[in-house]
Parts: sequence; C-alpha cells; structure tokens
Amino acid sequence: MISSVKAIVITGNGTNCEMEMAQACRLGGADQVDIVHMSQLIHGEYTLDDYHFLNLPGGFLDGDDLGAGQAGAHRLKHVEIKSSKEKLMDRLIRFIGDGKLVLGVCNGFQLMVKTGLLPGFDHQYDRRQVSLTHNDSGRFEDRWVTLKVDEKSPCIFTQGLESLYFPIRHGEGKFVAMDEGVMARVEQEKLVALRYADPLTGEATMTYPLNPNGSPNGIAGICDPTGRLFGLMPHPEAFLHRTNHPRWTREDLPEEGQGVSLFRNAIRFIRENL
Amino acid sequence: MLARIQVGQKPTLIDSFGTRTQKRIETDLKLEVSTVRTIKVFTVEAEISKQQLHDAASGPFCDPVTQDWSLGPLALDWDLAFDWVIEVGFRPGVTDNEGRTASQALALMLGRKLTAAETVYTSMQYLVSGALTREQATTIAAKLLANELIQRYTIMSRDEFVAAGGFKPMAARVAGGPATLVAEIDLEVDDDELMRISREGILALTLDEMKLIRDYLTRPETRAARKKYGIGEKITDVELEVLAQTWSEHCKHKIFAGDIDYENAETGSREQISSLFDTYIRNPTKEIRDSLGVNDWCLSVFKDNAGVVRFNENWNVVFKAETHNSPSALDPYGGALTGIVGVNRDPFGTGMGAKLICNTNVFCFASPFYSEPLPSRLLHPKRIFEGVREGVEHGGNKSGIPTVNGSLVFDDRFAGKPLVFCGTIGLMPGIINGQPSEKKSALPGDAIVMTGGRIGKDGIHGATFSSEELNENSPATAVQIGDPITQKKMFDCLLMARDQGLYNCITDNGAGGLSSSVGEMGQDTNGFELHLEKAPLKYPGLNPWEIFISEAQERMTLAVPPNKLPAFMALCDKMDVEATVLGTFTETGKFHVLYDGKTVALMDMEFVHKGLPPMQMVARWERPQFPEPDLPATPDLNKTLPDILGRLNICSKEYVVRQYDHEVQGGSVVKPLTGAENDGPSDAAVIRPLLDSFEGLVIAHGICPRYSDLDTYHMVACAMDEAIRNAVSVGSDLEVMAGLDNFCWCDPILSEKTPDGAYKLAQLVRANQALAHYAKTFGVPCISGKDSMKNDYQVGSTKISIPPTLLFSVVAKINDVRRAVTMDVKKPGDLVYILGTTFNELGGSEYAAMLNARGNSVPKVNGEEALARYRAVNAAMGKGLIASCHDCSDGGLGVALAESAFAGGFGMTVDLVKVPASEIGRDDILLFSESQSRLLVTIPPERADDFEAIMANTTWARIGQVTEEATLVCTGLGGNEVIHAQLANLKKAWQATLDF
Repeated sequence: MISSVKAIVITGNGTNCEMEMAQACRLGGADQVDIVHMSQLIHGEYTLDDYHFLNLPGGFLDGDDLGAGQAGAHRLKHVEIKSSKEKLMDRLIRFIGDGKLVLGVCNGFQLMVKTGLLPGFDHQYDRRQVSLTHNDSGRFEDRWVTLKVDEKSPCIFTQGLESLYFPIRHGEGKFVAMDEGVMARVEQEKLVALRYADPLTGEATMTYPLNPNGSPNGIAGICDPTGRLFGLMPHPEAFLHRTNHPRWTREDLPEEGQGVSLFRNAIRFIRENL
Repeated sequence: MLARIQVGQKPTLIDSFGTRTQKRIETDLKLEVSTVRTIKVFTVEAEISKQQLHDAASGPFCDPVTQDWSLGPLALDWDLAFDWVIEVGFRPGVTDNEGRTASQALALMLGRKLTAAETVYTSMQYLVSGALTREQATTIAAKLLANELIQRYTIMSRDEFVAAGGFKPMAARVAGGPATLVAEIDLEVDDDELMRISREGILALTLDEMKLIRDYLTRPETRAARKKYGIGEKITDVELEVLAQTWSEHCKHKIFAGDIDYENAETGSREQISSLFDTYIRNPTKEIRDSLGVNDWCLSVFKDNAGVVRFNENWNVVFKAETHNSPSALDPYGGALTGIVGVNRDPFGTGMGAKLICNTNVFCFASPFYSEPLPSRLLHPKRIFEGVREGVEHGGNKSGIPTVNGSLVFDDRFAGKPLVFCGTIGLMPGIINGQPSEKKSALPGDAIVMTGGRIGKDGIHGATFSSEELNENSPATAVQIGDPITQKKMFDCLLMARDQGLYNCITDNGAGGLSSSVGEMGQDTNGFELHLEKAPLKYPGLNPWEIFISEAQERMTLAVPPNKLPAFMALCDKMDVEATVLGTFTETGKFHVLYDGKTVALMDMEFVHKGLPPMQMVARWERPQFPEPDLPATPDLNKTLPDILGRLNICSKEYVVRQYDHEVQGGSVVKPLTGAENDGPSDAAVIRPLLDSFEGLVIAHGICPRYSDLDTYHMVACAMDEAIRNAVSVGSDLEVMAGLDNFCWCDPILSEKTPDGAYKLAQLVRANQALAHYAKTFGVPCISGKDSMKNDYQVGSTKISIPPTLLFSVVAKINDVRRAVTMDVKKPGDLVYILGTTFNELGGSEYAAMLNARGNSVPKVNGEEALARYRAVNAAMGKGLIASCHDCSDGGLGVALAESAFAGGFGMTVDLVKVPASEIGRDDILLFSESQSRLLVTIPPERADDFEAIMANTTWARIGQVTEEATLVCTGLGGNEVIHAQLANLKKAWQATLDF
C-alpha cells in the first residue's frame, strides 16, 4: 500500500477545467495534486512516473481544430520528452502498465479515444477503435443530464454509484465505433459505465435533449477492460458542491456534490491496490 | 508541392454541420434544398513526398472511425447525389486557425519545423442538393456561407465539377514582395488638401487636428530634433498614422473630454461643461470613495485597462466591458470573436495581470425576422445574430471562460450598426511578489517585449474606422478573426511569468496596436526607442506604419527588466509562446521609432499624448413629444400576456445561452437558466471564484435603449436601477458593488452630416447627469467604462442612427453564496408580494411598442426609496426569508408573474387591486407599466411576519399565493378575473420566438 496518493492534472494547449479537476482530486482524498502544463511534461520538469492518478480535463485542445482531441492525440503520440529518448506516449503506456488510473473528462475523453487509450482492448492502448463526433444537433450545448451507471461495469470510478446528474458542455460527444464488432465488444464487456438516462424511468434514452448528442445506446462514458481507464463526456468536476446543482435553491441536496464520489473511488482504489 | 487533402464525415454518419446549413438555407434564404454535405479541404503547400502527404491525410488530418479522406475529389469518390458544389476559403492573410493547427500537426509528423514558404490552408466544400439556378447557388454562397470581405468562394454545377475533376489546389498566400517604404507627406497645403489626406488615409483627423500637426512640425525645436535624429522635416506616414490612432475618438474619447455649451430649452438654463467624463463619471466615483474613507474598496479606477476593486484581503477583482460594433457589422463572426478575446486582454493587462474568471455579453440587433429591403453593405440581422452568437461562442468557450450573464436587445435601428458588448472579469492576488497587484510601471532601460501572435495587415485602421460612421469605404482590413488558443497559451505562460516576477509592466495590444501599447507604457518612463524591423510578421510585405498600428490580435506588450530578460525569454520558449524584444523604454521624452536603423518617427511624448486641445461642442435639449398609445377599449389580457411574453425583448434566450459554456471553472452558483426545468430566466449570475470559499461575486446589468427616445436621463436611471435590482434579486450585498458604464451613441456632433447633433449631444449630457446622480445615490461607483460614439450608418442619403444606449454592468460581492436566491416560485402556499409602487409609466414600454407607440411617460427612478427597499430585501435574504425574487422590467408585473410561475412550475392567484399603484385605473397599465425598482417575491407563510417586519418602512403588498394548479389567475381592478392562463401556454409563447 502506498502512503501518499499523488494526482496529476494536465493542462495547456487549450485545456480549461484543470482548476476544478484538481479541486475534485483534493476533495476525493488525494494527498498531493499538481496541475502540470503539457510544456512542463515535455521539458521533463515533471514526469508521469511520479504520480498514481492521471487527469485529462475538459477544454478545447488546439481549439478543436481537425476535430476535438485530434491534434492533441497526434501530439501525445509523437512528441518526445526533451533530453530523453522517450516519447510522452511511452511514459503514458508505462503508467497504465503500472496499474495506475486515468480519467478523461469531455475533451480529455475525446483525447483518450483518439489516442486509443479507450476502449483499450487486449491492453492495446494506441489503436483507435472508437471516436466521438459532432452532436446530432450540430451545436455545442451546456445542459445537465441524468446518467445511469452500469453496476456490472468493471469501471473503478463508478463502483457503488447508481444515478448521477452532471452537466455536459460539448459539441462533439456522440459515440461512434469503428464497426459493429467493436460496438458489440464494448457492450459485452460492460465497458459502458455511463449512459444518458431518462430521469423518470432511469433507463438509457435516445430522446433529445435527455440524450444530448444522439449517442447510440445513450453511451456517455466508457472504461477499458481493466476499469482503470475511464472517459466520460459529462463533467463530474462541475458538481463538487450542492450550489453547483442547477436546482439547489429549490431541492434538498447533500452538501457534497455527486462528482466527488468518482474521484473518491479512484483514490480509494489507488490507496488499496497500488 | 501544392496539394489538396479532402476529409468528410462518412456518408453513413449524420453530417450535422451540413444539416444545420441546409436548415439555415431554408429558413434564412427561403430556398429549397434537400441535403447539404460538407467536406473539409486542406491545401498543403510544403516540400513533402507523396507518401508524407498520404500519411498526413490518413493521420492527423482525419479520424478513421468517422471520416473518409481523399487526395482527389472526395465528393466524386463517394458517388453522392448533389447538384452544386460551393467551396469557401479564406482570402490571403486572413487568420486561418485550423490551418495553423494543421501546419503544426504536419511539422510534428515530419519531425521538423516548416519553412516560411510551407503552410496549410483550410477551406470548406458544400455539396448542395436542390433544384437551384446558378444565381440561387450564388445567393447561398454570398449571403450565408461566405463573407466576401474575408473569404472567397467558387461555385460549380455537378457537371462542371465532374468535367474539371474537382477544384484545383490554390494557396491563399499573401502576394507581393518586401515593401518597406516610408512615405513623407507634405502638410504645407491648403485646407481642402489636408482634409483629402485625412479622408483618403482613413485617418479620421479633423481640419483643426491636421493644422495642429502641421504647426508642430514647423516649430524650430521640432526641426532641430528631427535634424539631430536624421529624419526629414516633412511628416512620415508612420507619424501621421500614430497621431491618427492616438487622437482618434476611439482612443482619445474627445467627446467625453471636450467642452460643451449645454442649453436646456425646457428649463431655460444654460451651462458650460468641461469634460463629461471628469464631471459626471470620475468625480462622482471620487466622492463615493472619499465617503467610504478607510473602507474604500476601489483600488484602481479609470487609469488602467480595467477597474480594480478588492474582493477580500487576499484577492482583487478586475472588470472591463468593451464594444466591438463596427467590425461586427462587417463580419459578425470575426468581429464578435475579436470582441470577446480582445476584452479578455483588458483585465489580463490590468495591474500585473489577472486570471480571467467570467465573461458577459450583451447584443443589440434588429429583428432577425426583418423583412424590409436592406441598404447597401448591411448584412441581414439574422446573419449578424448568428455570426455574433457563434463568434462569442468560440471566443468564450475555447478560452475556458464561462459566459455567465448577458442579454439580447432588439430594435430595428440596430440594423445600421449592431452593438456587441463584451465584458470580462478577472481575479488577481492582492499582493504579487510583495507589491500591490494593481500597481505597475515600466522603468527606463526595460526591454519592450511583444508576446503572442504575429503582425499582419489584419486589423489596420480599426481605431480610426470605428471613429467614423459605417460607409461605402469602410475598410476590409479592419476585420479580423481572433485566435483564442494562441491567446490562451500566452496567458498560461504570462501568469507564470507574473508569479515569478519577470516583468515590471504589462498592457494589451488593442486599438492602435504597438503604437498605442508602447506609446502608453512609454509615458511611465517618458520615452521609448522601438525597432520595427524586429517585429515578427505573419508574411512579408508590410510597410513600417502598418507594422506599428496593426491591430493583429493575441498580443501583449511587456516591460521586462534587463536582468530578468533571459529568464523571461526562456520561459516563453518553453511554453511555445513567441516573444520578441522590440526596443527599450527611455527617459528621452521622445516617441522614437526606427526601421532598419533609420528613424521613421520622432515626436515629443508630450505632443503625442497631450497635444490635442479639448473639442468645442454645442448641445441643446428640448423634450420631444410623441403620440400616446391607443389603448384598446376592452383588452383581452389572456391574449395580450402571451403576446408580450413572445416579444423579442422579453422572450426566452435559451437558444443562445445553451451554446455558451456558463459553468467552466467550477464556480457556477446561479446560472443564466434556472427553475424546475432549468429554463427560467435568472436575473443575474452568482459565481464562486475560489473553490474553497463561499464568498461570491454577483454579475448583473441593465440596458433599456427604448427609453432614450423619451429622455436619456431616465434611460440611464432605469438601466442603473435595473442592473442594481437584478443583482439584489439574486442576493447581492450592497456594500461592495461597482459599476461599469458603456455608452454607445450615434454621432452627437453638429455638422452637415448630423444636423440634429446638438440634440444628440444633449441626450449624452443628460445621460451623464443621471449617471452621476444615481451612482452617488446608490453608492455604486463606476470603476471603468468605455464609449463608442459613431454608431451610425450613412450611405448616400440613407442614414440609420442607433438609439442612444448605455449598458450599465455591475459586479458585487455576496458574502455567502449559499444565501443566493433564484427567480422561480418554490412551493404552493408561499405568499406572493410586490415590492414598490406601480405608476402609470407606459412610455417606451414593450406594451406601448406592441401598440406601435412610444408614449411620453417614461419610467423614473426614486433612488432613495429604491435603495431602502433593496437594503431591506438584502436583510431579509440574509435571514433566509425569501423563497424567490424576480425583478419587474420589460413587460412589467405581468411578465414577472408569468416568468416566476412557469419557471417554478407552480401557478399563482393574484389580486391586482392589492398592488400599490398611483393613478392607475386599468388592468393592462397595472400589468405592463414598466415602473422601476419593483421586485416580485414569494415568502413561505411561516416567514411572512418576519419578512413584513423587515419591509416595514417600504412600499409593499401581499397580492396573492402560489398554487399547486399550473395556472396564472389574476383578479382585476373591477373584481373580475382578467387573466386565467395555463402556465404551459405562457411558457410556450415565451419560448417559441427564438427557438431556432
């Protein structure tokens, strides 16, 4: 067991949710949380090896040019760490191999699928199998959505959770699989940890705006088969306190926002397993 | 190699951008098209092999899961049915953000830097299916897809496209060789010639100003200095351009600084006003600060890029709002985008630099359903609406700054010029490296360093162009496209430099570009020496004057002490931010600019900044008279209420709000949309900028240009009251509340072009008088502001002037955000109260407008009474007594009742007889009068006694109750039921208008 859980939150090149992501890590129980700029990683001032929990926050890497996360994934794969022979991707693969956790939210999720970190079949983390494309509405939207957790999913982050309520804030969140085989496997292996759901029935929905982007089977977030890598379009770090909830002035809500629970799960897992 | 890579969404997937385009062709252009598919085209100009081109296409430029790619015409590979192909690309030199990202991706793939001759351009191909003529296809291209100021388009029918085998690659490279000419201009000419020089150069200098410059050059000391520095006796184009920028109305605020002979024909009085700004804005703020004594929480007002106030003992708040009207008229998308990323640089360049925490946006447009013929050069209001909306979406969202507050105001006179107000609030530590963060100063010997974007011809003459009316000759170069990502990268880097103490001073490059930023910072040391050839350019061919005044975006200017320079440059290099040393701040008293070692501008700092005498103006006020609205004998209020709710100025703005990220940074407390279904209209925003504290900020605004036609004094009073009562409605405290004044006026200078200038200037005087009076009454000092004085359109005999408009924005403190209140009714059984008196004030109201009238009884503000009420409400909120609070504004009490009810999902029964009113005998007047300072609140019955005790010395009445049944029921003055409406129907009417 490790004595001190260290989380790293990557920022730079258009990332913009790093502050609240770091706050979520702290509230979730991380002992050390560092916000690190991509340039600092590339210059070797910080290294992933020193951390247990990698956070890829939301934002607009490279302005979503070429498609959300596309240029960022290209950078992640090609860029070399200065004064080192290693590529950043090599360090990331080692990080995953060490049994550590990765969370990508919104643009971070887009980055994960475009890099191939998700779905990460057969421990292959650099092959793109799925993607996230433009919402059916053709619009960026900011709205809160109800989410159903698949309790059978291996996802570490959602263990013990049922229904969640978070905002989505994206223009490219519709899940697309390379082919039907990939889609079937994602479903069979219970990688779909989160689905957009109808708050009345609690079931996955294709009805706009409950499903804000037309994502098939209401897919809102997926994990890899180990459950240690997780990406989702909704923003758990946007709901850390009850005053973040859009109806906090009219509903009785617990003081802590629901978003903290995902981070607490991750940090507890690290504490118990690394 | 010059080659095209084409990428498109797989035909099996929805092309939502294409679908959206198809819908807009149908709704906006009324042309029938069955489908639109889109293809992104990358034109690669680079020395690479065929294999590398292939690798780029299949690698970074394409998502293999969702997209197909081709090196040939993808449209033909797909074998899709289409009738027309329209391809839209940028004109040479226009910022192409995606092209830049593509270039970077290509360089990374190649493992080398691209040469100056290598780049990637993007364009968009639209495959349109529909029985269209070529003329109709051209309409689609020109009126919707492309803005010819910045873009070019090519159209081919399917047959032409097939025969040609697609489009040929074409690079949007800036043509022209190295032009490094400095022209000398002879000012020893007659008056007509002087004015010709000013007009044709888009200098916007008056004859008096031209003569002043001519006289300065002939001074013996000027001639001696020029000789010493090796520059000729005649003025150079660099110098003339600098003076034009620095002395422009946009930069110098000559109207607000000038002398006014003001005659009030209504009272028969006459007075001489020396500087509206000093008299009515700066002095009242000083008086308020003086009265606060040691508790003065204003830290820096009016002198920096934005105002600074204390948030708590560790943090300061910085606030600025700007307008970007003229560029938005020509290119709504680029104009609004640069508006928002431009105003971001103001708080960032204030004091030692602030982190940006939220944006506000207020837009004034003509009706998007405008159906009259438009005068030449004007874009359709719907196109302006969509372009501005999208520009601000990209500028705000991509910068990671939440858009927390805003509004849309409609009046068809805004067809002449739309108003695009953009505001930004920043937060900075109170103390940075041991010094107060609001203070900064360049020191002699400091290096002049420019960071961020490069300089191009884009954005030349922005300052002078916006100091004139929109006319046939308005320059295309004034239009540009912002780049939020380059700016964000720079901000990330400069915040590190700030915290490491690597610079002494920072300011932004806005209007006037380097000439203005370096010129202003040079006042700290009294001089500078700048070498223009060192400035990084987007492409060769810029003349020195162009480099100096270009308003190319995303640039900050800093004063870096020599001993910190290596560390500063190393940090920028690491963070991939371009930084260039351009010169040195000096104590010579000279504004000294060189190009390749040769002096191209040499002027005394004193002359540049203080050489301009105050302008002399006349103003004459006479109260206008309008016909009163012809009120219906027996109004059917069940019909009138939904009609009013659906009016453009009142209806739901959810379409726009949803497309702005209003929650990023994690501190959202009161969102723009609220209530049981997250769709009611909040009065103001509350945010928690520090995630480990419950101290918050309230952001609100008021704007009501419709009252200007009656009396701008009351227009301003109402705008200020609206901003303050909106803030109070959500729980703002009144102790720390700061205001921003943004004036947008039509030309108020009496001239041949503006025969009613004396009246328009009187309107401005009265507006300022109200600003001074109510700022002091409410104790809300202005801390910053801006004026935009030439919001007219004039081509030939057609002139459109906007209604005089003041946007009053407030930022205030709420000590505990958990006390915030929203406008939606909460529970059946809660009691409904109206606070404040309703007067017969239909003048300028939405109801009068609906009856095609203005009327004369403009709403007036009793500041003392309002303040007492707001303080009492704030005290009641502090005790948690208030369940909901909504202000009465456009559409009056009737609209407030409906909005509160349908936002909360519960009905109300209301007895209008109980509403405190003065001289009102009609239900429609009572419901739709827009009397100010009124709030509609609901109170749980068990809290009623406590609430009424707190409100004891103010005007209030209990007028009804919240009901389980989802209907709004009002009993009229005659005792009969005058409104019985289903909430669902009211909400539908409110939501339908702008449901695009």
